[in-house]
Amino acid sequence: MDSKLIPRGLERTTLRNFSLWMLFWVILLGFGLYGAYLCLVEGLNQTNMDNRFVFGLWIFLDLTVIAFGAGAFFTGLLLYVLKRHEFSAVINSAVVIGLICYSGAVAVLAIDVGQPLRAWFTFWHPNAHSMLTEVTFCITCYLVVLAIEYTPILLKNRKLKEIPTFLVFQHELHKVLPILAAIGIFLSFFHQGSLGGLYGVLKGRPFAFREGFGIWPSTFFLFVISAAAIGPSFVMLTTVLVSKISRKKLVKPEILHSLGRISGWILMAYVLFKSIDTLVWINRTSPSLLFSPYEYYNQESFGTWILFAEIVLLGLVPALMLLTKKLREHQGWLVTAGILACGGIALNRFVMTIQTLALPTLPFDAFLSYVPSWQEVATFLAVVAYGVLLYSVSFRYLTLFPQERDLNSLARERHVSVRL
Amino acid sequence: MNSSEHLTSQYVMVIDVDRCTGCGACMIACAIENNVSPAHPDATDRTGVTWMRVVKVDSGKNGNGQQARFLPLPCQQCAAQTPCVTVCPQNAVEVDESTGIVFQMPQRCFGCRYCMAACPYHARYFNWWDPEWPEGMEQTLNPDVAPRMRGVVEKCNFCHGRYHAARAAAAEEGHPTSDNVRYEPACAQACPTQAITFGTLADEESGVGELIRSATAFRILPKLGTEPRVYYLSELKWIRQLAEREKELPTGEEVHG
Repeated sequence: MDSKLIPRGLERTTLRNFSLWMLFWVILLGFGLYGAYLCLVEGLNQTNMDNRFVFGLWIFLDLTVIAFGAGAFFTGLLLYVLKRHEFSAVINSAVVIGLICYSGAVAVLAIDVGQPLRAWFTFWHPNAHSMLTEVTFCITCYLVVLAIEYTPILLKNRKLKEIPTFLVFQHELHKVLPILAAIGIFLSFFHQGSLGGLYGVLKGRPFAFREGFGIWPSTFFLFVISAAAIGPSFVMLTTVLVSKISRKKLVKPEILHSLGRISGWILMAYVLFKSIDTLVWINRTSPSLLFSPYEYYNQESFGTWILFAEIVLLGLVPALMLLTKKLREHQGWLVTAGILACGGIALNRFVMTIQTLALPTLPFDAFLSYVPSWQEVATFLAVVAYGVLLYSVSFRYLTLFPQERDLNSLARERHVSVRL
Repeated sequence: MNSSEHLTSQYVMVIDVDRCTGCGACMIACAIENNVSPAHPDATDRTGVTWMRVVKVDSGKNGNGQQARFLPLPCQQCAAQTPCVTVCPQNAVEVDESTGIVFQMPQRCFGCRYCMAACPYHARYFNWWDPEWPEGMEQTLNPDVAPRMRGVVEKCNFCHGRYHAARAAAAEEGHPTSDNVRYEPACAQACPTQAITFGTLADEESGVGELIRSATAFRILPKLGTEPRVYYLSELKWIRQLAEREKELPTGEEVHG
């Protein structure tokens, strides 16, 4: 029934199967939206955050998904600035993932503030000294850039292309895409960094506070590098996942290997800088504020294992795996390394947000714990469901992987010739 | 103590920990003065609004060596690198340079709570619920202070309503308009043991200048460089060292000085 909307030459599952798949996610979305509705209408008392644990699951996941969404800007950098044309095979998918991650994070942020209707105040009374102002401006602008980057992908749909105005508009948009990508790279650099800066500037939280260069703490740069490191890995992981679910070849394996290799190199650089940063922090920054770093790892379940896991187990190990040609070219190892790398950066965001707030600052305070409420979890699940729904619709009706048609027709031909 | 960081017209609070009995009168007086509504039935000690919070601290020793004191914790009105001011994305927190008071503007706050994460003293509070007063109790509201709505942050402002009333009274009496008017915050007025002293350094009668220069004066977490305008007094060395995060003494001895 919807076959006229599906790009020519691509095979998609039946509308019935697709509807069943979508139904599950729509139900999850509905459940999540109910949780979000309660938080908006009843207030943030529906969460388990409090005056001490002022940020919780949402901020941790916002920072994580925004790092994952970095694949959009980094693939754009590779394709449009560094002229690595082979990555045109994944750029559309990367843009959709970026759009999902950023729009989802912004939606959750809107629920996470006490007075969402006042969010525009930041644009009206901006405090130029606040990292959050930088984050707000850059993320908003970048979300617009992503929406514009998504538009030509959308307008290339078989049916929409039949409308001449859309065709012309899409063609014209294509011409400015490299400029948009460059703007996107610039904006991404700043907001990824500012998200790191959010915590790095907090001198009142010696666990998170870092020295830096000029107005930027070291976490500013570490967040940029770490996001750049896992952006390609996340694009690779989603490509493999979609390929498995749809049972289609989407890109040539070399593309995935290249994404893995680039991820590996940047991750290695990140591990190096992170290690230096940790040593400076342990030996100089924290003791200068009279906070012994040993105190941080002496609390409840947050032992030194967390530092080891972040830097070695989920940093150095996947970096080495991705840089080893033999492992990288084996899909199982490639995927494992990608998952470990993404897990490492997620752990870093967890440490910066949750562990920072759990640790006491006042000398007579105790370690705090926090467990998110079902409304917080549900709101996050709504974002996951929204992401899957948007990606599924995009995958079915738009051309996210330009190589898919050729790769699968070749496979079909080979299959036919074998049968003959 | 170095008091040179504060302008002489800026207000300073000095709390004598050795006099504090932990009765909580300051907390009650503060809440009534500043229109803090009664706690919501579901509120906990981590979700309530208490601009003045009295915490019990102890020397950490067991048996005879154990000592305990109460530490009233209002906003410390940081004079330098004020953490909440620099982080607020929409300039909803400002420092009045003439009085040194750190103001929260609830009408501009959108409740991101970044200032709360930044505050090392945990002196800022979020309105998790709509403020509600039992029927009839609205009559007791202070007309000089605007109640705050759900979803915004608030904190101690050294009873700003009283400050303005004192300025207005001074102007009416024909005194030249000056920032350096004498007034007393509700907590200082309510304290039955007169543990809280308040005034400007220029106002010698207030005695705060002399108190903050005494050998028993200390501030909380001074190494963070925030230069709080709230000082504490105690002859107990362990409590000074605890607040300043200096090395712990082998015993909880008292040092008079």
